[in-house]
Amino acid sequence: MDKKLVYLDNNATTRVDDRVLEAMLPYFKEEYANPSSMYEFAKNPAHALREARGKLKDFFNAANEKEIIFTSCGSESANMAIRGVLSMNKNKKHIITTKVEHPCVLNLYQTLEKEGYTVDYIGVNSNGELDLAQLEEAIHYDTALVSIMYANNETGVIYPIQKISEIIKKRNPQTKFFVDAVQVAGKIPIDVQALGVDLMGISGHKFHAPKGVGALYCNSKTIITPLIIGGHQERGKRAGTENVPYIVGLGKAAEIAQDFLKYEATEVKRLRDKLEAGILKNIYNARLNTGAAQRVPNTTNIGFEYIEGELILLHLSDLGICASSGSACTSGSLEPSHVLRAMNVPFTAIHGSIRFSLSKYTTEKEIDYVNEVLPGIIEKIRSISPYQEELAELKKLKTN
Amino acid sequence: MWDYSEKVMDHYRNPRNVGKIDDADAVGSAGSLTCGDQLKIYLKIKDGIVTDAKFQTFGCGSAVASSSMLTEMIIGKPVSEVRKITNKDIADQLEGLPPEKMHCSVMGYEALEDALKDWGKDEYQDLEDIRAEEEKKQKIVCTCFGITENVIWDAIKQNGLKTVEEVTNYTKAGGACGKCKGLIQDIIDTYYKKEEHQKSDGLSPAQKILKINTIIEKQISPELQKDGGDITLVDIDGNRVYVKLRGKCSGCKNSTLTLKAFVETSLRDAVSKDIEVIEVE
Repeated sequence: MDKKLVYLDNNATTRVDDRVLEAMLPYFKEEYANPSSMYEFAKNPAHALREARGKLKDFFNAANEKEIIFTSCGSESANMAIRGVLSMNKNKKHIITTKVEHPCVLNLYQTLEKEGYTVDYIGVNSNGELDLAQLEEAIHYDTALVSIMYANNETGVIYPIQKISEIIKKRNPQTKFFVDAVQVAGKIPIDVQALGVDLMGISGHKFHAPKGVGALYCNSKTIITPLIIGGHQERGKRAGTENVPYIVGLGKAAEIAQDFLKYEATEVKRLRDKLEAGILKNIYNARLNTGAAQRVPNTTNIGFEYIEGELILLHLSDLGICASSGSACTSGSLEPSHVLRAMNVPFTAIHGSIRFSLSKYTTEKEIDYVNEVLPGIIEKIRSISPYQEELAELKKLKTN
Repeated sequence: MWDYSEKVMDHYRNPRNVGKIDDADAVGSAGSLTCGDQLKIYLKIKDGIVTDAKFQTFGCGSAVASSSMLTEMIIGKPVSEVRKITNKDIADQLEGLPPEKMHCSVMGYEALEDALKDWGKDEYQDLEDIRAEEEKKQKIVCTCFGITENVIWDAIKQNGLKTVEEVTNYTKAGGACGKCKGLIQDIIDTYYKKEEHQKSDGLSPAQKILKINTIIEKQISPELQKDGGDITLVDIDGNRVYVKLRGKCSGCKNSTLTLKAFVETSLRDAVSKDIEVIEVE
């Protein structure tokens, strides 16, 4: 058997685009000067830094380059935004977020709760869509921050950021709005001005830049305290010598992503839909976990009833196919995905839920291959399940 | 990616003895759909020997491997021997499991125990014991996963678990809401107290005196002599050990500290947790 690799886990991380790597290399080799230095040799790195900032400004459609802060990752962007806003509004002790945020944000909120903050967690319906009425009701005079992800990493469901922004402004214009946009960067167009958000974080490695670089948009009306204190870099908002090669890489990736948005919306979506349709058609115990919710073009989350997710992943991996699972067993946490639980995905399907996430590098051949081999894998795992009667019932229901 | 052994991978790729035995002599199950793993085991038993075993598993790679390995381990064996198999034996046969996955081997053990529970109970077991055991079995500690006290007790006993985290890795108990972590700690404490009790009961009073004397003479005294001091045993009354300090140690401000921290710990570690050291003038 030839060793294939079909990488369908692009919400976890992505392959670095060759052009991104090319753009970075000079800043490791010849152009290694510190951009803050006062000599000719530092001019190119300083220029590259400015240029990258400009590209990120365009990427977010920010009003000003000064609103872009480079960070090391999505988690840093989120921590900086949240902590930064809260420490500038010390008298306000209320935060609103969702039950389905990324762990980097949820764990931070758990810490903040111990520090004396009250956090409201907004729930979702069975398609994974936010309960906006609950959100509206939760906002009051003491609310310092609302923090909501742009799209969910596990399901790909997009949240109505613009609408939420309007709700917040209506209820309390002083409340700041942070959006974790890690899972939409490079997948759908971003326009912070139209959306009306105050802060937005992204991470490079989710859209073909390397791991270890991210960015935070922070609009000029929002003042935040730095997380890392030291030098004057990033206008005093993030100390530490700028990671020039990686920032250049992020800039290049942002530029390329802009050009690829149309491809994402058409071709990547077409392949995702093809994969999804194939699975739902050929596998009787498969269910789409997100129903008709609006999603990013590259993600599908499918529950395979009465079988367990890790075993599916292991068998897929034997054939070179990479995906991920919301099952308890893969994380070592013993609890199935908090996102799928918040959606009330039935227990028959929650442990067998698999996320496939595509990228611009995914080919039709790869999707056809997965659709060809997956039914066999599922059949094999079904055959050892103790729930034979339930499965037979399901089969009857589906085929009728 | 879990660091699964070759054996584990072989067993989840090619599970042995999959299926159901329609006319099984014993059937056992463990886990549930809600928990994320479930195992059903079917046994054919003839003349006290397991002649066939089959399983059905809903679970991850290591759950399937544990089930598959278990069936291989028991086919052809007498029930009396099969009864002695522990989760550790299953894990060992699989050349180890990642710590977070030990609960899969426990599930195998539980299903086996469940299947054999009515099969030729030991005749000499005290009725009281059986009743107490049954009660203990039914007491659920972790409500999220439905883990009973006896499962936790057995896991501690068979694997020498010392922390709540280890118990969670082996049994899943405490892995969800975490409310039962205090209870698990209590079970761990009770287990080791009982063990300690049994250990210290093993010594007769004379043996105990002898042991304390030896430890003071051979271990503690040489240590104190290094710093220019010394210790003499004056008397032993139950768990109270009366000692006299000499030389540099006596009158030294740190002497009480030395006594508490060093002499007492040494004696407690070696003889009994209840020992109290008292300095006499």
